[in-house]
Amino acid sequence: MSRIDQMFARLREQGECALIPYIPVGYPTVEGSESLIRTIAESGADLIELGVPYADPLADGPTIQEASLKAVSNGVNLKSCIAMVRTLRDKGLETPIVLMGYCNSFLAYGLDNLADDAKEAGIDGFIIPDLPSTMAKPYVEIFEARGLKNIFFLAPTTSEAREAAVVEQGQGFLYCISVTGVTGERKSLPAELRDFIHQARQVTTLPLAVGFGISNEEHVREVSEYADGAIVGSALINVIKQSEPHEIEAKAGEFIRTLKQATRKAATPI
Amino acid sequence: MEGFFGQYGGAYVAETLIRNLEELYGEYERIKDEEDFREEISQLLKNFVGRPTPISALHRITAELGGAKIYLKREDLTHTGAHKINNALAQAVLAKRMGKTRIVAETGAGQHGVAVATACSLLGMTCVVYMGAVDAERQAPNVQRMKLLGAELHLVHSGQKTLKDAISEAIRDWITNVEDTHYLLGSAVGPHPFPNMVRDFQSVIGEEAREQILEAEGRLPDYVIACVGGGSNSIGMFNAFLDDADVKLVGVQAAGEGLESGKHASPLLKGTHGIIQGSLTYMLQDEDGQILETHSIAPGLDYPGAGPQHSYLKDTGRVEYTSVNDREALMAFEELCRKEGILPALESSHAVAYALKLVSQLPKDALVLVNLSGRGDKDLSQAIAALEQLKNAEVLV
Ligand SMILES: Cc1ncc(COP(=O)(O)O)c(C=O)c1O
Repeated sequence: MSRIDQMFARLREQGECALIPYIPVGYPTVEGSESLIRTIAESGADLIELGVPYADPLADGPTIQEASLKAVSNGVNLKSCIAMVRTLRDKGLETPIVLMGYCNSFLAYGLDNLADDAKEAGIDGFIIPDLPSTMAKPYVEIFEARGLKNIFFLAPTTSEAREAAVVEQGQGFLYCISVTGVTGERKSLPAELRDFIHQARQVTTLPLAVGFGISNEEHVREVSEYADGAIVGSALINVIKQSEPHEIEAKAGEFIRTLKQATRKAATPI
Repeated sequence: MEGFFGQYGGAYVAETLIRNLEELYGEYERIKDEEDFREEISQLLKNFVGRPTPISALHRITAELGGAKIYLKREDLTHTGAHKINNALAQAVLAKRMGKTRIVAETGAGQHGVAVATACSLLGMTCVVYMGAVDAERQAPNVQRMKLLGAELHLVHSGQKTLKDAISEAIRDWITNVEDTHYLLGSAVGPHPFPNMVRDFQSVIGEEAREQILEAEGRLPDYVIACVGGGSNSIGMFNAFLDDADVKLVGVQAAGEGLESGKHASPLLKGTHGIIQGSLTYMLQDEDGQILETHSIAPGLDYPGAGPQHSYLKDTGRVEYTSVNDREALMAFEELCRKEGILPALESSHAVAYALKLVSQLPKDALVLVNLSGRGDKDLSQAIAALEQLKNAEVLV
């Protein structure tokens, strides 16, 4: 069983929701990146969504746009992201890791090379926000041949017919987009979110992770009531942004611990 | 596969947008041949836009260059002053029929923004336009026009603050407001079905011009030339001639400060395959796939990607793509004013500049048709300043 499948199976037994933080490689600094990612993992991340910095991230709001751009100008590229995972694995990190990035970063690298290098480095899969299921076939074939997962999306706007097609192709877990919109912190989660997840639950046994707008402990606690994963991006970046350089790791670690605690109170959804 | 031109095109967008794109494609396919829809569009084009636009022969320049005869297709004479209105009106009518009440659009030169604001004013729809802060500064008259027409204008300060960044913000707005909003994309770029739809709505240019030149000259032109930013005026012009094997089609991109300087906007000449703003096409990018900055004196050409059909036409060889630099475009801009009494947009001046270079090498009986995509009122202050700078520099040399 893959790292991702094992993790969800274990949490399901424990009645816990997975905490899935997003952090771009090389943010806020290249030097501090490896240690920060390790801190995030050790503080309770169940899966890490490592961002491949892209300067024109169409599905992202201002917070991640700014963080991505910072990492790009810090000189980070896909190659350094893969190298980062290799280093983390060499030093014994076993937390599942998926790369989150835009199609063009992966295309420019070459999909076959990408899949070879990613596998070798210990990457578990990919989240590609501008690759809808209708366009995904060539990517999935190449990834699957190396046992790498492509994580598919469900949105509030996904029709029933599409939902069926997405579910059929789904691997690892499904990324459920909480709102119509881009990434970014929000005051509250949409009222329809619970129904959206329940509805998806009717058609798939894959774990369902919710992302976009999950900003605090309360949100994580709420999502943990009905979903299998809570993805937190902009809120973590804002914690980092608001910290003095020397306290970034401590603050990020504390934030992750608090969020992870909020996933534990949940009763098992299935 | 649907939505592809060979390997180019597709719809590489967030899952959230797929429903809207499918709905748009479905509705467009359903409505486009309906008598009622066609009649509404053709009435608007005739009575509001002022179509058909004429073709004009360039008598003085032709006599002076002693070469082939040049005709201009006068999209500058449309209401609002550029071809952009053809697409803006048709998409707005379609959106209204789809029950949308709010329109978002990007604009570079401001011509598309003005056209969309105009269509929304006419049809009673809410209009939100995104424009790069750099473009807003260099196209100030169009900023004023959009505001006067009732558009809500958002200046974009991210990235290079030009057309690409405005498109990104418009797409983000659309992802957020999927229920009531139509994204009225202004060029033949972006995810399927936009490249097809924009081409179809601009094809009136070439259909009219083909008929007009047949009537004026009794034959088809030897060359048809248009400038290529995203590629809407050019594909609208070329579409009617694609099957006329003897008609050579030339797309002119912006060479900015020169193709070798790196400061240009010529993805069809210097680009590589990649995915930009929803479609696979030739684009300007670095080895990591990051989109490169572009440069052109013409804001409407200042874009790092080309419409996917142009990438396909480049590979098949049916269209030849070439480029003209800032200086040549400015000289053509002035030449057309001085000798023919026509003030062209800086974008269109690129096509004119190439035609002027070409005709002196052609036999006298050759026939060249150029799409004059828009008028240059918007460019006056920038073009005059740049021309003065050019002349001062040349006096010094
Ligand atoms: C007058 C004019 N011509 C040409 C263009 C370039 O766009 P396209 O290549 O889509 O025709 C623009 C865009 O703003 C324009 O305003």
